[in-house]
Amino acid sequence: MSVLQVRNLAITLPKGGDRPQAVSGVGFEIEKNEILCLVGESGSGKSVIAQAVMGLLPKTLAVAGGEIRLEGEDLLAASPARLRGLRGARMSMIFQEPMTALNPVMSCGAQMDEVFSVHTALSFPLRREKSLALLREVSIADPVRILASYPHQLSGGQRQRVMIAMALALEPALLIADEPTTALDVTTQAQILNLILELQRKHGMGVLFITHDFGVVAEIAQRVAVLRAGEVVETGPKEEVLKRPQHEYTKMLIRSVPTLKPHARSVQDSPLVLQTKSLSKTYSERSWFGVRREVRAAVDVSLEVRKGQTLGIVGESGSGKSTVARCIVRLIEPSAGEIRLGGTDLAHMPQRALRALRRRVQIVFQDPYRSLNPRRTVGEAIIEGPMNYGTSRSEALARARNLMELVRMDPQALGRYPHQFSGGQRQRICIARALAMEPELLVADEAVSALDVSVQAQVLALLAEIRERLSLAMLFITHDLRVAAQVCDQVAVMQHGRVVEYGPAREVFLAPKHEYTRALFAAAPGRDFDFGAA
Amino acid sequence: MMLGNWSVRIGGAALLLMALVSMAAPWLGTVDPSLFDAASRDLRPGESGEILTLEGETLKHTFRMGSDSFGRDIYSRVLYGTRVSLAVGVGAAALALAFGIVLGLCAGYLRWLDGPLMRVMDGLMAIPAILLAIALVALWRAGIGTVVAAIAITEIPRVTRLVRALVLSIREEPYVEAAVSLGTPTAKIMFGHILPNCIAPLLVQGTYIVAFAILVEAILSFLGVGLPPDIPTWGNIMAEGRVQFVAYPHNVFFPGIFLAVTVLAVNMLGDGLRDTLDPKMAKRV
Repeated sequence: MSVLQVRNLAITLPKGGDRPQAVSGVGFEIEKNEILCLVGESGSGKSVIAQAVMGLLPKTLAVAGGEIRLEGEDLLAASPARLRGLRGARMSMIFQEPMTALNPVMSCGAQMDEVFSVHTALSFPLRREKSLALLREVSIADPVRILASYPHQLSGGQRQRVMIAMALALEPALLIADEPTTALDVTTQAQILNLILELQRKHGMGVLFITHDFGVVAEIAQRVAVLRAGEVVETGPKEEVLKRPQHEYTKMLIRSVPTLKPHARSVQDSPLVLQTKSLSKTYSERSWFGVRREVRAAVDVSLEVRKGQTLGIVGESGSGKSTVARCIVRLIEPSAGEIRLGGTDLAHMPQRALRALRRRVQIVFQDPYRSLNPRRTVGEAIIEGPMNYGTSRSEALARARNLMELVRMDPQALGRYPHQFSGGQRQRICIARALAMEPELLVADEAVSALDVSVQAQVLALLAEIRERLSLAMLFITHDLRVAAQVCDQVAVMQHGRVVEYGPAREVFLAPKHEYTRALFAAAPGRDFDFGAA
Repeated sequence: MMLGNWSVRIGGAALLLMALVSMAAPWLGTVDPSLFDAASRDLRPGESGEILTLEGETLKHTFRMGSDSFGRDIYSRVLYGTRVSLAVGVGAAALALAFGIVLGLCAGYLRWLDGPLMRVMDGLMAIPAILLAIALVALWRAGIGTVVAAIAITEIPRVTRLVRALVLSIREEPYVEAAVSLGTPTAKIMFGHILPNCIAPLLVQGTYIVAFAILVEAILSFLGVGLPPDIPTWGNIMAEGRVQFVAYPHNVFFPGIFLAVTVLAVNMLGDGLRDTLDPKMAKRV
């Protein structure tokens, strides 16, 4: 008997959605001891399926038909009380963001204890013993301290381990993992994926693993189901789906995944656009009683960006890569060092003098949903910059129309508001807004990280084309080695605020020298799979 | 979208009715609210009597809400009082919002102004609002402008705090940072980018200030420190009726009803607006 059986599942969306049904005709099975990866882009309905299985669907979504059977038992017919009993005991779930999935005002020990006190009749010392054993099983260091800690005192990886320990507490038959490593750094992600694999084998669980990342699929899946707009377009064993995809959509998705091999563009010497010399940024917390805490976000960063070339800064969260970008755009003032743009040092320039230089360096941010003012039309956003520098409204609008064409958008859209566009379209608008200033240097701070893989491929292609056409210098900040391999001519790898390795992309990617760079590559999910070629 | 909410519909309709009544007061069978006639003192609601005009003529008049101890028509006074109450409410809210927005934007966006400005606001908030208003009215000449200003001043710190808190979160949004890198001048960022995104909560706060101001005006008038007694306001009417409350409760009852309905309507409007303007609340419904 299979652990989970989903047949012909259909869930209706409330009226006014982009489609009548969140998912329709979805069917798959998970056997004991099997990991099924459910892959899809955002909005494909993958999380809705997980919620339906757990019986946690929001009230606005209703199951319209089909069946969900957990070890043969029909979950759609189960009473709320029965579902409560099954959740945790027979099926459990881990989430994307362990910080919000754990209660911030309860210690981890109390939260783990709750699982046992609700579902079992064990005494407190026994429950505590079980909690400790679980934490040891998810190989967390110092389990006694973890039990007494609150979620904010743990790192992202530790929090996810605690979540996994809680999910496994009652030895469920089915584990649902909803993007469990998306919020984690690549090295932590590799550890968590290994942990899930190891535990799954040990306990013989069925795992429904939801992800958007084909690298992760290649690491962990045994079978794969590809979801598009609420419908399963392809199911099969991992090797089949990844290497010989049948459906056009799967082929397109796999084609869009950038390869880890660096591109083969030749790099010519061209004039220097921007140079930082021993750039440092230290945040210090002043307290009333002398004790000062210092955070050195960036230390001695010396970089060069040349005309027509892309410098990538690669690093995990907290490595200081965004701090460097924000210093260069002068959204913050560096503590020490120089930022030379052409001949001038703008590191410590006062705001007033800086205004004249601002148009030469422009930035595109990560979150396309927050980087456009929701109360201004797209046109207003694009012409704002040029008009600040004295361009007349009509002239700026004419330019905006050209720019919209350059970023492959309809110039008619200038009168619309940001919420009427998708994430990828908004990111194009942000690029147009930056280009309206005719900058020499374009800083892209994780500019494609929030986008779906197919959209990401389009935006990357657009950025490459623009850089070519306008011979822009580009500073590309990313945590994604695959993306970096595709766009960068030079790469700087940052760790703890320092540049640990810096050189031409080919050298860094093909023969990494620093230990940390090698660790990063080793952790990159799906590194043995050659995606772009499919 | 806003009109889909019943609180907004009912509150807005009641308020609109009040505004129409106050504007159409001269044509709703009223007489000049300052007229009195010694012969028609303490009439019960609905009784007829005579009233002496300024020209010295005597008119037949039905006192729909009775008359007070001077022989003035309470119906006329209550209706004309609506004008004063609404004017004070809207005026005080507008004034408080105007100053609060500017101060809050400055405190939130210009970090060096934050400390000094907010400590002054904390100081103002330490004084009970009603006492502060009484002191301010006592200091200046009694009049509608004085009362509006006194009420607004007590509300400014609250608005400032609200705006500052909003600015502190909005200033971190990438679109504000994008505007900085586009070379947009600071004033334009504050008023062009940040302020429009604060409008929804401010609108809600504005309605609460209107309700509060109407109440405070009535309290001040009732205590005899508000508008001069010859100006008809709900508070004044109730203050004069208070002495005879046991014998003639209508003197207090009718202005009281109007006051309660108006404040309720404004608060309902505010609650409804909060629900429709807050996308998180809207999603839950």
